[in-house]
Amino acid sequence: MADAVRERTRPRRRRAGRSPRSLPYLLLAPAGLLMLGFIAYPIISVIYYSLQNYNVTKPWRNGFAGLDNFREIFTDDPFFWDTLIFSARWVLVEVSLQLVFGLALALIINQTFVGRGVARALVFSPWAVSGVLTSTIWILLYNPSTGLSRYLADAGIGEYGTSVLANPGTAFWGAVIAELWRGVPFFAILILADLQSVSKDLYEAASVDGASRIRQFFHITLPHLRDAIVLSTLLRAVWEFNNVDLLYTLTNGGPAGSTTTLPLYVAQTGIHGNEFGYAAALTTVAFVILLFCSIVYLRLSKFGGDDK
Amino acid sequence: MTAALTESKEASAPPASPPVSRRRRRRSLDEPPRWQIYVPLGVYLLFTLIPFYWMVLFALREPGSDSLVPWPITGEHFAKVWNERGFDTYFINSMYVGIASMLMTLLVALSGGYALARFKFRMRMPFMLALLCSQFIPGALMLVPLFEIFRELQLLNSLWSVILAETVFQLPLSMILISGFIRNVPPSLEEAAWVDGCSRLRAFLAVVLPLLRPGLIAVGSFAFVHSWNHFLFALMFLNSQDKQTIPVGLNSLLGSDSVDLGALAAGGVVAAVPVVIVFAFIQRWLITGFSAGAVKG
Repeated sequence: MADAVRERTRPRRRRAGRSPRSLPYLLLAPAGLLMLGFIAYPIISVIYYSLQNYNVTKPWRNGFAGLDNFREIFTDDPFFWDTLIFSARWVLVEVSLQLVFGLALALIINQTFVGRGVARALVFSPWAVSGVLTSTIWILLYNPSTGLSRYLADAGIGEYGTSVLANPGTAFWGAVIAELWRGVPFFAILILADLQSVSKDLYEAASVDGASRIRQFFHITLPHLRDAIVLSTLLRAVWEFNNVDLLYTLTNGGPAGSTTTLPLYVAQTGIHGNEFGYAAALTTVAFVILLFCSIVYLRLSKFGGDDK
Repeated sequence: MTAALTESKEASAPPASPPVSRRRRRRSLDEPPRWQIYVPLGVYLLFTLIPFYWMVLFALREPGSDSLVPWPITGEHFAKVWNERGFDTYFINSMYVGIASMLMTLLVALSGGYALARFKFRMRMPFMLALLCSQFIPGALMLVPLFEIFRELQLLNSLWSVILAETVFQLPLSMILISGFIRNVPPSLEEAAWVDGCSRLRAFLAVVLPLLRPGLIAVGSFAFVHSWNHFLFALMFLNSQDKQTIPVGLNSLLGSDSVDLGALAAGGVVAAVPVVIVFAFIQRWLITGFSAGAVKG
């Protein structure tokens, strides 16, 4: 029987004309080539450009610049530090709020109650909305003369003509709320996926032993979710740091540059300023910062380690 | 919001009181009272739905009206963005980009995901690591070199530049997810088909592929939604009016000096409809899909 099988499969393998050893590489080739060409090569060329003066509109200045771009970033570009500080603030506030609300939302949706399916679909829906569409919606809401503030003022709350996005004090929170609206569902989805794999027996045992629900949450749920939380906060932090769509269209970094993140600054330098070399140097710096922060974060959170 | 977490009834059981069966059930499930679910959920639902309602309201309301109910309904804002603001073209372009990126992502990720799931070879772990690392790469920061590459390839102002860029940035996560799905299919099923005389490819198509359907629908939908939504690549690589996509169209509505709020809202609705349909269709699989692939690696 086994012999017959072997005889029948061996010629077929040969007819396929490939040894199985090279097959996985052939299957990976399309993905590998795409990623080499459009991810690896661009990274190398960014590092190359960062050492050049490269401005499309001033070709006579173009050429090797050594570390001049980097020197300029760290010594006489005050704007760089502002955008870096804003980036850090933006990421910290966004990710921590998204985590808190996303976790709470996941815990609620994880209960059994009437209308759960509908509630889940509605609550998760902003996940599918783009940054530009989020900006569109919130610009309608924040509009001083026809937005929410006007109707609230009609009802005696707040003042007429409140412009959230035009005021440096409130623009930050205006952007934060808009991004929360879109970002919380992402967390809730990931955490919910992991919540559903917690064994019910653990809770049963804990409650027989008389542990309150708060204690159960801190001693069973949170440790179980730890890896998922670490991974999703990291992914989200990177994502929020790099997220240009929303801020570009909502405030375009304004008012007065108060909501410009580092990647948005890069985009503005590269697109509108044509300073490719300088933008590439900024990019390299952003890369290094991201990588460093990610490694530190994974070390600190002991990702994948034992629970105790 | 966190009411559900902070207020809980101590389940300290007085020894031997009411009938055991009822008390046991209450305690083992240990459910919070209903209001602790419905109140925070209701508040959050308002936060989620008011913005959507606001957009629909502005899109359907007659110009100059300030009622909070879109009645009488008017279609003129839609007619305006569709016919005068180029949204008919943008819609087709966005569909083209979304569907093409989705198909390309699925094909390439399937072939790569199968290799990662079913073979042991020397480059497997390095490749997986490369996939994970690529998640850290900011699309925005790749704009300049990608722009140069597409200029060399003469793909600037062609939808293919955006399709390629979207596909590449969708690939890593899609491949990790799909290889996770394939690993969940027992290899013995495939082996049985080989014994029956199927080639590897045929066994895969006939046996494995049908079992992957829910996962593929989820991954494909992600790819579609992402490409439909992405803004920066289209903004950078496409410069003529007839090649633009919907997010760029929305941005130009936002950027005009006197923003026509009705047209803007109608454009927003046009941008939202396809993704909302896709989302309604896949949200059942979102959670299972993530728990099968991403979280467990």
